[in-house]
Amino acid sequence: MEYKVTDATTGNTFMADENDSLFFAMRRKHEGPITYGCGGGGCGACKIEILDGNFEIFKKMSRAHVSEQEQDSGIVLACCVKPKSNLTLKKFSQK
Amino acid sequence: MAIVKTIRPGLIQIRVLDLDETLEFYKNVVGLDEVGRTSDGRVMLKTYDEFDHHSVVLRKAEEAGLDYVAFKVMDAETLEQIKVDTEKFGYAVEEATDEQPGFGKRYSTKLCTGHTIQFYNEVELAADYPMLKNPDPWKEEPRGMRAQRFDHLLCYGPNIAEAERYFIEVLGMFAPEVCNTEDGKRFATWLTGGNKAHDIAFVEYEQPGKMHHFAFYLQDWNDIGHAADLIGKNRVKRDVGPTRHAITRGQTIYFFEPSGNRIETYAGGYAAYPDNPQRVWDVAEVGRGLFYYEGELIPSFLSVVS
Ligand code: FES
Ligand SMILES: [Fe+2]
Repeated sequence: MEYKVTDATTGNTFMADENDSLFFAMRRKHEGPITYGCGGGGCGACKIEILDGNFEIFKKMSRAHVSEQEQDSGIVLACCVKPKSNLTLKKFSQK
Repeated sequence: MAIVKTIRPGLIQIRVLDLDETLEFYKNVVGLDEVGRTSDGRVMLKTYDEFDHHSVVLRKAEEAGLDYVAFKVMDAETLEQIKVDTEKFGYAVEEATDEQPGFGKRYSTKLCTGHTIQFYNEVELAADYPMLKNPDPWKEEPRGMRAQRFDHLLCYGPNIAEAERYFIEVLGMFAPEVCNTEDGKRFATWLTGGNKAHDIAFVEYEQPGKMHHFAFYLQDWNDIGHAADLIGKNRVKRDVGPTRHAITRGQTIYFFEPSGNRIETYAGGYAAYPDNPQRVWDVAEVGRGLFYYEGELIPSFLSVVS
């Protein structure tokens, strides 16, 4: 099953498989705001904010990069989450 | 050239997010042997070709990255001298109290770069070590990437010029190769205590205590290709390579283990001699220095650390 992912910053959309992490979906399609990282939840390079939609955290995320509070407000590491519905997201930026 | 004080980085403790998945990777893909577990559940590992009790420890944690690296020094006297000289240099020293089975007294200090380093002299031989009498290259055919030894690591942190001075003045090491910014400041330094091209390297970075990668030595370029096969087969997140460094001259491939720590498998490299002149890179050329075939930096390399 594929879901539509919208990059809120550019308005671009791409399809992501429910079995792939969002990080690998973005790498595979050359779409979305994340282009590189460790793919393992350790480096924080793939930190995103999910603005809308359902997702599953399937892999442990380093607490050095995502706090519990952040996680509760949809801030996650793209390499550790899979889409469970259509999603709108953007690259995390310090407020 | 004889080693003066510091023999090698002989022990590294790494934080991992998922212990089972990451351990499986180190054992079956990298090819390390599990030596045992500490009472608090850390896993001890070594390569088939190392003599000492263990060289790599995995600790399950909430963050990835480096706990510490420990250097084996020449003898008990050198160990005490390094303690005194480290304090004189201005870094506090304490005796390490965390359990490392097989290891004797370890001193621990924290560098200005935010990294914890330790020193020890005594360590027991491993239960299973390479043959000594009419020795075959190996007892059992090596698995996975056939890692021969924990070789070196690259640390990112602030004020590496001071760290370099510490390694030279206190640990008797030298820097065969360095890289400077346009205004002549240290951007990177490669340091060794013996004949290897490097035992530890530093890159100047704002955030303290970061690990860029740690490396295992492989036999040759063929084994680098074999490691690349395993990366393909196991769908490992590759970072760079197979390629060649102009800096240290090593042949290399970088990839990430399942907790996001970067590993390098490295072969070759020149023999470093302290009487040879130092090689110097301009920061504008460092991309070619690191990735000689590509001729340029790749964006993940300078900014992705754990
Ligand atoms: S890519 Fe490193 S944490 Fe996701
Ligand atoms: Fe390296």
